[in-house]
Amino acid sequence: MTNGWIDIKNADMMLVMGGNPAENHPCGFKWVIEAKRQRNAKLIVVDPRLTRTAATSDLFLQIRAGTDIAFLGGLINYTIQNNRIAKDYLLNYTSAPILVKEGFKLPEDGFYSGFDPASQTYDRNTWNYAEGGDMSGKAVAATAPAGDPPQQKSSTAAPKAPFPPPLMPEKVAYDLTLQHPRCVFQLLKQQYSRYTPEMVERITGIPKDQFLKAADLFTSVRKDGDMKKVATVIYAVGWTQHSFGTQIIRTAAMLQLLLGNVGRAGGGVNALRGHSNIQGATDMAGVFDSLPGYLKVPDPTDKDFKAYIERITPKTVKPAGWDSFNYYSNTPKFAVSFLKAMYGPAATKENDWAFHYLPKVDRNYSWAQIWDNMYRGSVKGMFAFGMNGVAIGPDSQKNIEALKKADWLVVGEIYPDETSEFWKSPGIKPEEMKTINTTVYRLPCAGFAEKDGSMTNSARWLQWKNVAVPTPGEARLDQDIVAQIFLRVRELYKKEGGKFPDPILNCWWPYTTPNNPSLSDLAKEINGKALADLTDPKTAQVIKAGQQLPGFAWLKDDGTTLSGNWLYCGSWTEAGAMTQRRGTDDPSGLGMYLNWAWSWPANRRGMYNRASCDLQGKPWDPSRRQIWWDEAKQLWVGNDVPDFKADSPPKDHMGPFIMNQEGLGRLFVWLNDGPFPEHYEPIESPVQNLLHPNQSNSPVVKKLKTPADKYGTTAEGFNIICTTYRLTEHYHYWTKNNPMNVQLIPEPFVEIPVELAQELGIQGNDKVKVTSARSYYIAKAFVTKRIKPMTIDGKKIYQIGIPIHQGYRGIQEDAGRDARTILNRLTPTVVDPNAFTPEFKGFLVKLEKA
Amino acid sequence: MPQTLEIKAISGHAGTVPGHGASRDYDVCKLIDVTTCIGCKACEVACLEWNGYSFTETVFDNSYQTMPETAWNYWNLIRFNEHENSDGSISLLMRKDQCMHCADPGCLRACPADGAIVQYANGIVDFHQENCIGCQYCVTGCPFDIPKFNPSTKKVFKCTLCSDRVSNGLEPACIKACPTGCLHFGSKDDMKELAEQRAAQLREQTSHKDAGVYDPAGVGGTHVIYVLHDIKNPEMYGGLPANPRVPFLVKLWKGPVKLLGGWAMFLGVVGVAIHYLRFGPKDAGHTTGPEDKNERTKS
Amino acid sequence: MSPTRRDFLRVSTVSGIATTVLGFDLTPAYAQAQALKISRTTETRSTCPYCSVSCGVIIYTIGDKAKNVTPQVVHVEGDPDHPINRGTLCPKGSSLMQDILNDRRLLKPQVRRPASDHWEDISWDQAIDEIAHWTKKSRDDGFVEKDSQGRTVNRCESIAWTGGCTDTNEFNYLVVKTMRSLGVCYLENQARV
Repeated sequence: MTNGWIDIKNADMMLVMGGNPAENHPCGFKWVIEAKRQRNAKLIVVDPRLTRTAATSDLFLQIRAGTDIAFLGGLINYTIQNNRIAKDYLLNYTSAPILVKEGFKLPEDGFYSGFDPASQTYDRNTWNYAEGGDMSGKAVAATAPAGDPPQQKSSTAAPKAPFPPPLMPEKVAYDLTLQHPRCVFQLLKQQYSRYTPEMVERITGIPKDQFLKAADLFTSVRKDGDMKKVATVIYAVGWTQHSFGTQIIRTAAMLQLLLGNVGRAGGGVNALRGHSNIQGATDMAGVFDSLPGYLKVPDPTDKDFKAYIERITPKTVKPAGWDSFNYYSNTPKFAVSFLKAMYGPAATKENDWAFHYLPKVDRNYSWAQIWDNMYRGSVKGMFAFGMNGVAIGPDSQKNIEALKKADWLVVGEIYPDETSEFWKSPGIKPEEMKTINTTVYRLPCAGFAEKDGSMTNSARWLQWKNVAVPTPGEARLDQDIVAQIFLRVRELYKKEGGKFPDPILNCWWPYTTPNNPSLSDLAKEINGKALADLTDPKTAQVIKAGQQLPGFAWLKDDGTTLSGNWLYCGSWTEAGAMTQRRGTDDPSGLGMYLNWAWSWPANRRGMYNRASCDLQGKPWDPSRRQIWWDEAKQLWVGNDVPDFKADSPPKDHMGPFIMNQEGLGRLFVWLNDGPFPEHYEPIESPVQNLLHPNQSNSPVVKKLKTPADKYGTTAEGFNIICTTYRLTEHYHYWTKNNPMNVQLIPEPFVEIPVELAQELGIQGNDKVKVTSARSYYIAKAFVTKRIKPMTIDGKKIYQIGIPIHQGYRGIQEDAGRDARTILNRLTPTVVDPNAFTPEFKGFLVKLEKA
Repeated sequence: MPQTLEIKAISGHAGTVPGHGASRDYDVCKLIDVTTCIGCKACEVACLEWNGYSFTETVFDNSYQTMPETAWNYWNLIRFNEHENSDGSISLLMRKDQCMHCADPGCLRACPADGAIVQYANGIVDFHQENCIGCQYCVTGCPFDIPKFNPSTKKVFKCTLCSDRVSNGLEPACIKACPTGCLHFGSKDDMKELAEQRAAQLREQTSHKDAGVYDPAGVGGTHVIYVLHDIKNPEMYGGLPANPRVPFLVKLWKGPVKLLGGWAMFLGVVGVAIHYLRFGPKDAGHTTGPEDKNERTKS
Repeated sequence: MSPTRRDFLRVSTVSGIATTVLGFDLTPAYAQAQALKISRTTETRSTCPYCSVSCGVIIYTIGDKAKNVTPQVVHVEGDPDHPINRGTLCPKGSSLMQDILNDRRLLKPQVRRPASDHWEDISWDQAIDEIAHWTKKSRDDGFVEKDSQGRTVNRCESIAWTGGCTDTNEFNYLVVKTMRSLGVCYLENQARV
């Protein structure tokens, strides 16, 4: 979330889309209700189903799954056409005035400029800012960007895939009149001019009059140029889990920038994460493509640490006369401090801070690839701690087939789960079991109440929890298990030698009890400490060697500090664990709670809060004052920690988005699949893309190619759209072990529109079989009026929905009261080209009575 | 500081308890704003957890609602209804169903067992199972179909409005859990005011022009009140009665019939007294024999 | 639940008449107080492990943390001080007690041997030793020091780590530290899906 849970109460307008917070985040949803009750805020819900969130909405629109970009693009078009844009904000805080390089082409035919069909990737050379300084008022002679890009394809000197990302020019060209046809704003306007209300209706199935009602309502916060009101956008994996998920979220971000809603109390773009510590796991880089604090992973082109740092440290870019903080210019400090935390004394300046101890990553090692390569035989062993990969899917059967080929599997869990018992999953006969040679270890871990430590919620709050009860039976703390395995591996390398043992032998292990590292020891290391006496030249404050650092401003690139994650620096200082704070004071009434726990970065509660003020540094809305410029103190002060250079006066015109090298909110970004979002159909769709029927899917989205990877079409009879989701009564694949939750929803079901049920002769509670190109799923029919048939470009289309929660191990499953099939047997393995998240939402199925 | 629960009315006794009103107390009330209910069932679970009830085997029945109605060990149930509006749009209505804690409780009126049902001065109607005789008259007495019989213990159970928590200064478990604040707890006056404010807000600021507060007069008002989108159609929320009343027979049984019964008893006593005065005490030593029979036949 | 579970404590009555010793005699009882099942239990502040609202919860355990007591959970309720949930909990959070106290919990390390149709118990030492051997074998067999262009890559591509997202930051950090030191590239978790 750019903002926080409580901050939602400050909103005047709320759009919930791609999420169902009333069901999946009920206690956070209270702040939506609070906004409705206290501010008469309006709630618009757009979803394939009338959910329990929609039940409390002021306006609900039923959308075809996977057409969110068309809807949001329509909103962008409406905002521009009806002059609901936040003009000053857009001009000064976003990349709207910056000119794009000549040769850039919009995707009228489904392709941006630079597509390389052989590699199915883009050469993003033209997706870049142009060089040239102030071009204001010089638009006359410029050429329109549409049409074929000049000389791109014919150039023999063009680089080959994989194409390097473009480097921004230092002196960018810009037009403060926003008139230049190549300025970001004009390109954006042109791009979304195609997303007319009629086109929105044809693609999404939302009738034009309803779309216009929603568009008028949502953008009404910027009626007549008034900047006081604020609208928020709230989403979850209903946006992420598409083959264009990142682009959906970007469309929303662009809409919010156009409306001037980012950085403001009650505004922002708010991702509701699905698990208690997904935010923390992302921050801590539990994913292949980053290191803690979103540092980029080294790749093989980084021949040494210097090359790595040069590649990953962004250079400042800005229009002349404007300033940019470019906070990531501090990257070398974060990287050296991280390597010092990893390898301690073994990381020295002489050995490049042990840079080569880290693996160099130049390809996709993401979730779907793990299973694909295990299926293909190259991944031999797997650790699965609290991660039920078979149930999570996609294409669960493929994951089961993959595990059959692995040598070993180590599962750390608190309950018996589908993954640890893949070898006796339904359908496997005794003869087959004898052929499965995987050794499986199932280790009993600790439940939440049995361990301490911090978790980071969606609002970026790190909250420490305490131990309440001991682990049951022989169960052990998760950290003890990992430590003990690692130290045993280290012993083996010490004794026997082996491939490149250096990082294993030199992994810094300073924990008080090595086999049982305490989480407070680890938390202190994550925060970081001084390795030599440090002095702040401005304040003369001294941090002694060995002391905890007060914040990331103290980090150094000379090896005198260590920090496991720079973003969390400040969470455990000499004053103690900030994450354990329990102050309940909220003097501003805005719900900041600066003394409750600790929020990254630097305890800021609302990100980009410089944008909550006008150019002079005064809050857009005097009743919701986050920060402001104090002329007397010559400082930014306020009710939140300024997310800004505290002493940068408004006249310097420093961009509020300090983590971007140009300091501006980006309306144009070189993602892998396009600099502006464009509507593409899901990989399995019942219709052709109406914008460009010859290029229905995103051209960079790749289907996987093992025999297990199958994709269905309407020609094969898969003509019903299916989407998947959670219910409020259950939590993922976990609460099927909890009798209390099981009685609330005891059995799997499929939500089916009344009209479709009638066509197929299905009654409520009948057993039905849902079949996709991959596999089938059996459950009871939930015949409902809450999903209606849709008309998509004149064609009648049905959508059905299935909750994810059941499997083959659980209270009901073990008692034989359940069909024991896993929903994710149905879902396809195809991923978003930026975030590598699978497309669980919106695939094709057949439906019949079982 | 724990609060004592002053008793206002007791089953098996007519009228209020002696001493009632001697100390100050206020009416408690639960407010349920169904317009902000998200049907999450947190109240159901909180109720079960607090009261220590275990797993009930349920069956999916074409709804998110997996219990057809409240049970002796399931006092709090969200009723789900897919309601088709006049414009063809659908509303998903969710209403928390539980004991309404009537000011004029039909259950208590109907109950013949001494002290099985009590009404506290704060408005809570509580069942004391140790005095329950299992006759189930309370079931017939309730216009909301709330008290439920446990066949194994032969006792009747229902929501206590967490009288144990309330008497210890805590709000009821369901109230505390409710994520959206659709449930609210406080004095009846405060809850009435909050409810009316909310209903007014709905009428003025939203499309719910018929929003209103449900506090039925037929049972003397209730200590559980609702804000409904449409006060004219309470039945659409899973059969909330538009005009609940204590059943006529129960009124009869506790009213005129009881009065008649009282008179009958009185007359009986008078008759015995007259008989005694006229015929004197019965001879305790007298053995029963044919003679006596004859004697009695004669007399 | 037995009908006598609610334990009534009689208090002095309004009219001052003494209460009887046994049963619920209404003649004297004009008021009553009731026992609270969590009074005198130990309160531990924790965080709900489910969704990302991360509600504050209070875990009530029997005993007062005296030496001779093994704490056992008797109730879980929302933490009213927590600024986000303010004491509220959803149906998952409200049932946390039965997550802590659940007879389906795994209690012993187990192993399923190749071609076997059942779990066998295994000691922790044995399990950790075997897992360490597997880890070393798979790593040594599949380790890539240089790529096809001769560039240093130091990748272990034969082992995958998949982690959930309800464990702590500190645990996740330990995983990054150990797995990256092993050279593991397939390092993924729930955050991706």
